[in-house]
Amino acid sequence: MKHYEVEILDAKTKDKLCFLDKVEPNATIGEIKSMFTKSHPQFYPTRQSIRLDPKGKSLKDEDILQHLPVGTTATFYFRDLGAQISWVTVFLTEYAGPLIIYLLFYFRVPFIYAPKYDFTTSKHWVVHLACMCHSFHYVKRLLETLFVHRFSHGTMPLRNIFKNCTYYWGFAAWMAYYINHPLYTPPIYGEQQVKLALIMFLFCQIGNFSIHIALRNLRPPGSKTRKIPYPTKNPFTWIFLLVSCPNYTYELGSWLGFTLMTQCLPVAFFFIVGFIQMTVWAKGKHRSYQKEFPHYPTLRSPILPFVL
Amino acid sequence: MSAPAMGTTRTAHSDASHKKKKGPGALATAYLVIYNVVMTAGWLVIAVGLVRAYLARGSYHGLYYSIEKPLKFFQTGALLEILHCAAGIVPSSVVLTGFQVLSRVFLTWAVTHSVQEVQSEDSVLLFVAAWTITEIIRYSFYTFSLLNHLPYLIKWARYTFFIVLYPMGVTGELLTIYAALPVVQKTGLYSITLPNKYNFSFDYHTFLILTMISYIPLFPQLYFHMLRQRKKVLGHVEEYSKVE
Repeated sequence: MKHYEVEILDAKTKDKLCFLDKVEPNATIGEIKSMFTKSHPQFYPTRQSIRLDPKGKSLKDEDILQHLPVGTTATFYFRDLGAQISWVTVFLTEYAGPLIIYLLFYFRVPFIYAPKYDFTTSKHWVVHLACMCHSFHYVKRLLETLFVHRFSHGTMPLRNIFKNCTYYWGFAAWMAYYINHPLYTPPIYGEQQVKLALIMFLFCQIGNFSIHIALRNLRPPGSKTRKIPYPTKNPFTWIFLLVSCPNYTYELGSWLGFTLMTQCLPVAFFFIVGFIQMTVWAKGKHRSYQKEFPHYPTLRSPILPFVL
Repeated sequence: MSAPAMGTTRTAHSDASHKKKKGPGALATAYLVIYNVVMTAGWLVIAVGLVRAYLARGSYHGLYYSIEKPLKFFQTGALLEILHCAAGIVPSSVVLTGFQVLSRVFLTWAVTHSVQEVQSEDSVLLFVAAWTITEIIRYSFYTFSLLNHLPYLIKWARYTFFIVLYPMGVTGELLTIYAALPVVQKTGLYSITLPNKYNFSFDYHTFLILTMISYIPLFPQLYFHMLRQRKKVLGHVEEYSKVE
């Protein structure tokens, strides 16, 4: 068996960073990254971007050396992706925040509202309902992060955790402040409005969860394969006929429901910002499905059936 | 930030002579030349208006009123520059241009126009003068660049005057916002209180204070960026002057 030699150069300076000899032809990029870490311990594998071309795309960890367009002396280029943090850590942190923060406002912890309201509770039942829904939503997200989701990437850049937490925690505080405020005004159409909103919210929570389970089942444990999702026996997944990312569709529905339930402008803003971001993500995902799978169903839209 | 909006990403214009990227087409160029000429003229009108009013009154107090209308018209007109970036006929970032123009428009309408008591403040003259000189230079810079005949003097002025004008403008802006604070607090201008059916509140007074605070991180960043640009553009003067 012929062994390969691998040299790794810095993508920017073209300096020779590492030379590996006697590399097995069936070695994966992942294994090469581990070898590189031995000589450069500060660049742990998830922080490395290895590519064939200094400006090219990153190679995947699963790529096998002998299947790459390289000679027996392979030259790779290295780019530092910066400090990394695991997706699980980011998700847990960004979701635990809103859960706790909202409750602080709900229980009217001191220094938020006027002292005479400390530790009092709202007299409006919709406020209690809203707290239950908001808390349920984030507990669901935390549990899904721990037990349901199968992530393609292990890590993301460290700075994302600050960006993401500012977004989630900031909006949670902003919404919670008004909903739990002593001067909160309940929805105009009263019980009717709240009941309708609650049904919408719960329907979409179940829907969103169904999609997460369906997506998880597409992927065997420990794998990173991508397949086209299709409707299953669960009626909540039948929306796959019309939409590529129904998890986002249902998420929008949940927050629309919550907006109606609380009739609170900051919640509406949160919904709108989320709408914009999820639409961007859905369009990207839709496009990569279309690129990867030539016979991708043409009836599907990224996020809103027929519309968006 | 609002003061000399020297355009952090507009050095592409100064390199236009030897870096022919996919620039605006002929029609777009003609439009941009007209736009920049009109803006140059507009700010010249404001400059002349200020000088004439000063000479007529014999003092520099209360000159705002003599140029209020053209100031509003031409500063608001600069919103078009956001569209220029979005359309791709100008190589600047939409976000950066948007931020610069909107902060100017904010000061013109949401502070100076809305809070009449500050209109007689001297700080208004400070930022209006800074903006006027800056814009005359900036728009003539773009005009000449588009026509590929940029006099070195204009380029030099654009990358030098900001050193004084930028701090001058920022000082005028901050003093004006500060003068507006007590009036806004007393009248509750642009503020919404609870309870209301949207369960929303907004305190314009606090918002203005936060705006003033935001100058602290933003101003040095923009100022030092422009100093770096200056070194880059004016630094190798000997090579460029032949090309010009």
